[in-house]
Amino acid sequence: MAPDGSARAIATPAPLRPARSPGVSSLERLARRRSTIAFVMTVPLILVIAGLVAWPAAYAMYLSTLNRRMTASVGFDNYMFMIESETFWMVAWQSCFFAITAVLLKALIGFWLAHMLHNLPVRGQRKWRGMLLVPWVIPPALSTLGWWWMFDPSYSSINWIINVFGFPDVPWLGHPWWARIAVIMVNVWYGAPFFMIMYLAALKSVPEQLYEAAAIDGATSSQKLFYVTLPMMQNIISITVLFSLIVTFANYDIVRVLTNGGPRDTTHLFATYAAQVGILSGHLPRGAAVSLFMLPVLAVAAFFILRGVTRRTREMM
Amino acid sequence: MARDVVSRRTLLKASAAGSAAAALPLVNVHGQPRTTLRCGFWDHWVPAGNGALRELCAEWGSRERVDVQLDFITSAGKQNELTIAAQAQSRSGHDILSFPTWFPSAYADQLVPVDDVMGRLIAKYGPVTSAAEYLAKRDGRWVAVPAVSGTQMKPSLGRIDLLKQHAGIDVREMWPAEDRAGPGAATWNWDAFLVAAEKCHAAGVPFGLPMSNFSDSVDWVGCLFESFGARMLDEDGKPTVRNNPKLLAAVEYMVKLMKFVPSDVWAWDDAANNRAIQGGRSALIFNPPSAWAVARRDNMAGHDQQWTFPMPSGPEGRFVPYLPYFWGIWNFSRNQTAAKNLLEFLSERESADKQTSTSAGYDIPPFLSMNDFNVWKTEGPPVGVVYNYPLKPHHNAKTAVAFAPAPPEIAVQAYNQGLNTGLIARIAQGGQTIDQALAWAERELRAFARG
Repeated sequence: MAPDGSARAIATPAPLRPARSPGVSSLERLARRRSTIAFVMTVPLILVIAGLVAWPAAYAMYLSTLNRRMTASVGFDNYMFMIESETFWMVAWQSCFFAITAVLLKALIGFWLAHMLHNLPVRGQRKWRGMLLVPWVIPPALSTLGWWWMFDPSYSSINWIINVFGFPDVPWLGHPWWARIAVIMVNVWYGAPFFMIMYLAALKSVPEQLYEAAAIDGATSSQKLFYVTLPMMQNIISITVLFSLIVTFANYDIVRVLTNGGPRDTTHLFATYAAQVGILSGHLPRGAAVSLFMLPVLAVAAFFILRGVTRRTREMM
Repeated sequence: MARDVVSRRTLLKASAAGSAAAALPLVNVHGQPRTTLRCGFWDHWVPAGNGALRELCAEWGSRERVDVQLDFITSAGKQNELTIAAQAQSRSGHDILSFPTWFPSAYADQLVPVDDVMGRLIAKYGPVTSAAEYLAKRDGRWVAVPAVSGTQMKPSLGRIDLLKQHAGIDVREMWPAEDRAGPGAATWNWDAFLVAAEKCHAAGVPFGLPMSNFSDSVDWVGCLFESFGARMLDEDGKPTVRNNPKLLAAVEYMVKLMKFVPSDVWAWDDAANNRAIQGGRSALIFNPPSAWAVARRDNMAGHDQQWTFPMPSGPEGRFVPYLPYFWGIWNFSRNQTAAKNLLEFLSERESADKQTSTSAGYDIPPFLSMNDFNVWKTEGPPVGVVYNYPLKPHHNAKTAVAFAPAPPEIAVQAYNQGLNTGLIARIAQGGQTIDQALAWAERELRAFARG
């Protein structure tokens, strides 16, 4: 349609062909293209991903098909070993139990802490935020050592306090269930501040008008939480849970320092069991197979969580 | 006018001086080391322990004109084991590396055979202790040299006063700091041990016997099994759990013994038993003299009441836990001849004596003929505390490694998973029947044998 409102045929211009400037080679033209420049600029990142992610992952897959001496292929025999090993299934169950319980607790505690902080006056908030972030800032290998001293089988300071109140010792690291609880406790202590800070950022981005509108409509506090806060935070919650699930599944240092997988292998996770089988027992291919086992589990979880995030983002746009 | 006359004598002097000056750089180059040898040794627990190796390597390096570069790699956090795995994968790193117990066998394909070195050393000093030979030989070839530095044994380490008071045993009389067995030594067996364990438990100083999957736990249980003739794997790596009366006897004995140990032994690491005897909470542990050495250093109460003596014997003999280190040469090393020469030098009697003496008797040489160093006679208080730490002929004992004589690649998996302590824990702590626990152990062992 023409600017004056009359419809008239607008002459279609002939397809433009790049004019051949004299003295410009085809190589130079290629270099001047936007797509070429974009590609060249992403080459360093592609190289980093290829070298540090794709290659190690592909090599680990290849490694998991070799025999102990890495001289011949055994196909899927290392995976068959795991499927037939009672200990491996116990490790798989523990890894799931550990990761799911720890992530749920971290999310709940982080959510509660974020709300508490959000409702504090701005001046006091910064101080509390700093203090609550301390567990997340200390290297876990170091802080776990502190926890180990508190759980020490013979000289536990926690037991000492429990004894003061007349209760008997708790075998924190000596009994399978107590050891599992101890490992989860330390992981939650370390990881909850991460959830707290993410949720706090999400809470601050929820427009105040929505709460005002809800208040005018007579919404109660819990209704505001379920119909305003949570839907607005859903994407952050999903991404944080996904990220934490991956990191918690792959946890190594807490179990290594606290229990070394004991008692009776009841606190081993995929990573610690893979290290025991692969490095300490000199069977790298089998260790690679153990560590790769969690890949499909996490990939499926990541697919569904990210699909939900994308869908919600589209709905909001 | 003076004439410039160059006499024949002046010319000769000048020529000689010129030649000497010209040759000077050559002399310097000749005097410098031409080879660089990179060694990664185990970082010793005993602070002075690294000093002996440093001095010995410097002495050998200056004599052979080799620049010996030393790195001491800690075993804390398995850093040395990760280093070995990384260097084997990248085929680069040190020329010589210290290998823990099971590693020479795991990396045998990448290690230079040292039959020539071991042949000369054995000809000079006699046989190597049996457990070291089992671990360092692969297909009849020596793939590593059993090291002095870092190699330890774990005999009984008891409190003289507590054992005398509560169990009526005078361990210093039984096993004096002399080349003879005292009264009662002949009956120092697992039955006597059980009676003493019960008495000490009742007195509130139970024996500190760890039962987790750390090496102190697996080692002593492995030796107890061996002294009962209770093997879980045969020489081909096949499980020998089913219908094995010796294994059954050992398991039944262990279940009885577990009633008299602290309730938290299932979570003990390698330091927990040390702390138990140092704190006066246990009358006996199985350990190298490091527990005593630390107690002496920190002047802890009762350190002068500690005494090292052999393990109890069983129906099949007396066995002492042996946890060695090995020195291996990577086959990608460019200085294999120099590396072999250095290892031979470090294994000689004088060098071994220096390493053992510097570590207050902790390091055990692999050659049985070297078990007479002066340091074991003189260390104290009490003087002679470590006299019976190395094997002596009157001990009638052998060194042993848990899950031997199975092929090391299978045995190491059972060792690292603590299959022997896990078996007992399932019964004594987990409430399983002996048959259920043995069936579990058999299934695990069968899985280890694959691949």
